[in-house]
Amino acid sequence: MTLMQNAITAAPLLSVQGLTKRYGPRIGCADVGFDLYPGEVLGIVGESGSGKSTLLSCLAGHQRPDQGRILFDGADVLAFSEAERRRLLRGDWAYVHQNPRDGLRMGVSAGGNVGERLMAVGARNYAAIRDSATDWLGRVEIAADRIDDRPSAFSGGMQQRLQIARNLVTGPRLVFMDEPTGGLDVSVQARLLDLLRGLVRDLGLSVVIVTHDLAVVRLLADRLMVMKSGRVVETGLTDQVLDDPQHAYTQLLVSSVLQV
Amino acid sequence: MTDQAYNFAYLDEQTKRMIRRALLKALAIPGYQVPFASREMPMPYGWGTGGVQVTAACLTPDDRLKVIDQGADDTTNAVSIRRFFQRTAGVATTERTTDATVIQTRHRIPEQPLAEGQILVYQVPIPEPLRFLEPRETETRKMHELEEYGLMHVKLYEDIARHGEIATAYAYPVRVEGRYVMDPSPIPKFDNPKLAGNPAIQLFGAGREARIYALPPYSDVVSLDFEDHPFTASKADHACDLCGSGSSYLDEVITDDRGTRMFVCSDTDFCAARQAQGHCGRLSPQGDAP
Repeated sequence: MTLMQNAITAAPLLSVQGLTKRYGPRIGCADVGFDLYPGEVLGIVGESGSGKSTLLSCLAGHQRPDQGRILFDGADVLAFSEAERRRLLRGDWAYVHQNPRDGLRMGVSAGGNVGERLMAVGARNYAAIRDSATDWLGRVEIAADRIDDRPSAFSGGMQQRLQIARNLVTGPRLVFMDEPTGGLDVSVQARLLDLLRGLVRDLGLSVVIVTHDLAVVRLLADRLMVMKSGRVVETGLTDQVLDDPQHAYTQLLVSSVLQV
Repeated sequence: MTDQAYNFAYLDEQTKRMIRRALLKALAIPGYQVPFASREMPMPYGWGTGGVQVTAACLTPDDRLKVIDQGADDTTNAVSIRRFFQRTAGVATTERTTDATVIQTRHRIPEQPLAEGQILVYQVPIPEPLRFLEPRETETRKMHELEEYGLMHVKLYEDIARHGEIATAYAYPVRVEGRYVMDPSPIPKFDNPKLAGNPAIQLFGAGREARIYALPPYSDVVSLDFEDHPFTASKADHACDLCGSGSSYLDEVITDDRGTRMFVCSDTDFCAARQAQGHCGRLSPQGDAP
């Protein structure tokens, strides 16, 4: 429980207040606020259309929210210039897409995919770039002899692991994940979750993970936020929310999970 | 021979003015791609419509024009563009690099060092060096704006990973004045060092893509590379079979169907001048090799 103790003493890494995004008269997400502490994993769950993806894209800077504040390390991200924002996106932040094809360059080899972020922050030594690419492929359990293969020659699970390696190679502090296990079969999902859990622990990453799969957040998340119709209806520790849901919608969500 | 039905150098004065404004802006921001209202020219895209428009905007009646295609003065593209300006502008033409004031080139820089006062006009097929890595124009513009050029090195990384060395042999990307990454048009990378510190004005015109960019005289131009795989200007490891030059860029010509080949200077003016001075190579008509 050292992580939790750290979380209590440290200042929040990401602090969100009153975040609202409207699509015309409709609400994408409304009045969302939370604090994320270093080393903490926050799960956001809810059904399709509940605003969790809108919230994530606002947080990651893909969309501009209509109201609210996002503080990263005490700095107001929404006030950043585009250059600063993009520097954040390829340095301290990382974004894992649901579909690895959105996050990878399919025409570039696995090594090039992992090395891209390094080169984007100024690495200019081929041998060093290749060494850290090999190292990271190993950490996500991709054989070193696949380093010159293109992602199109990889299976879906390998592509997703490659995307994770590509994102973590620059040592980000905050990772956004959008349904990282979506579209994978259950055994591959289980391995990926295991891998993610290990990486998050070892590197002390802070993660915001969006999913509709309660099993994923049960394994990964320290804290949970349940969303419905663009609003947060319940928050709390993961086990507490899943074992003793208070809001009627959370109770419905938990009871809808199929028991095998 | 001047065809009086056309304005001087084919284009009307307002069009030339528009192109000159783009040229001035391009010279003011070295390596930056300036959009311009590219006109249809009486030749197909890919034959030098961009270069021809830039040349037309630069020409004055006193100029002496040289046109080369892959270094040669006597190939179809060079001959037809030279004749085009003879007819529409009535300017003098030459094949000698030193005599020319304006040189339009396709894919080569002349071997003879250029001098102050000369203008070198390049024909550019694809001006965007990031194009094959990032297909979105909005995104490549943003990358230029924010100097996000890591992706260019991904291309070089892929070269080394696949071929063991940087295999890009032409259109080798350069960084201009520490700012913009620029496609030097498909010149061989052998010519890349001549881009830097060149006393001539270098203008690049892309007709289909409607972009103009430029290098003012004595610009700082650096070819991109890795610390442990530095840039090298490569050429065929031979001497010219006609003039014996060991330092010029060579074309490989297959001379029969049994694989016999010869290497000749791609710059015909340079080769002819050397032959006139008495230099000879392995296959010189004079017979005796040095």
